[in-house]
Amino acid sequence: MELRINFSSGVPIYVQLMEQIKHAVETGAVRAGEQLPAIRKVAEDLAMNPNTVVRAYRELERDGILEVRHGSGAYVSATRTTAAKTAALERAGGILSEALEEVAALGLTEAETRRVFESEFAQGRERGRATRRRT
Amino acid sequence: MNDLVIQTRGLRKSYDGTPALRGIDLAVPRGSICGFVGRNGAGKTTTLKLLLSLLRPDAGDIFLFGDPVDSEAAAVAARRRIGFVTEEKQLYPYMTVGQTIRFTRPFFPGWRRDLEARYLDIFQLPENKPVPKLSKGMRTQLMLLLAMARGAELLILDEPTDGLDPAVTEEVLQALAGLAAAEGTSILFSSHQLAEVEQIADRVCLIDRGQIVIDGALDDLKTEYRRILLVFSGDAPAAVASLAGVDHVRTRGRTASLLAHGDIDATLNRARELQPESVEVHPVTLKELFLDHVKEA
Repeated sequence: MELRINFSSGVPIYVQLMEQIKHAVETGAVRAGEQLPAIRKVAEDLAMNPNTVVRAYRELERDGILEVRHGSGAYVSATRTTAAKTAALERAGGILSEALEEVAALGLTEAETRRVFESEFAQGRERGRATRRRT
Repeated sequence: MNDLVIQTRGLRKSYDGTPALRGIDLAVPRGSICGFVGRNGAGKTTTLKLLLSLLRPDAGDIFLFGDPVDSEAAAVAARRRIGFVTEEKQLYPYMTVGQTIRFTRPFFPGWRRDLEARYLDIFQLPENKPVPKLSKGMRTQLMLLLAMARGAELLILDEPTDGLDPAVTEEVLQALAGLAAAEGTSILFSSHQLAEVEQIADRVCLIDRGQIVIDGALDDLKTEYRRILLVFSGDAPAAVASLAGVDHVRTRGRTASLLAHGDIDATLNRARELQPESVEVHPVTLKELFLDHVKEA
């Protein structure tokens, strides 16, 4: 994770720090359970105020993105990935329910729809395996 | 108890009848890095010298670590807990780096050999080099090492990066940030480099003509202050100058540039009543705050 702070922008530094760490977590540059650099290291490396780093870490902890363990440092919390998963599941639900409405409009029964779904799902798995074999 | 390492009330000081400080109220919380900024002659060095009891105030009170500095004994007791680098950056010219360090060490019972070794290494100071042969950057780094290794709770630094190249400046700032993070040291430093103040300070104190005009947490200042740009169809109306919530106004023809703080939305509503053609709101940098406050009284 590389932190780049623009010290002379009007945006508070702790906000910039928070956004960059959030982004790193969301893009997977740092993963759940991974430790973030110590406050002293961030302060020293970027020559910035340690209180600012503390504030960013504390606010990220409040947002559930970090877990600050006393004496050992700040870790990316697992709840964040759960939250991302929840969002993904919600989205999947939306996509499927739209698809089901379209299928229902074709006049198929629930049992028929289920069969099509299972078959498509199985074929999808096959295709996935084939792709993996090729790479 | 209040947790201020530095507090002053109504500090006044005149030189030959000319007032240098006209009532300074300063507050530096423990653990903060406070940037002290202002134009040349605004009163920065005088304030720092008063804090170190190198000068006596004409009026006002100084509290260091919560205790009043009202006697020579109190001043000495406070100075034991403070590391400082003054403007003159004086060192003994007949000593080497190593001799200077060994000479200074026994004056301070809390001297930290670990910090001494650490900063000798970070600054790569040549121990056998005579002081007069040091570059300006190295002299400053040696002064800082002496101030940082004495195990002080508070550093008072008068323009610690003055005249240093950008690489050495960054080393010095990294060392200060690292010390504050590891030891919780409070730092008050004066500077003309607003960029470095924004980088390392969490508080900023702006002095102008012997008075404090801004004192606060940098993040709060950045959140509270906004630049509002108004463009009118004709000349900017005179009424913009008297809008409530506006600190400073500059008008040029059809445009007015407002520096506002506090309830920005309320100020915007009042500004809209003047029926400008366009309204823009921008965040404010420390440089803008500085220039707007010191340019005109």
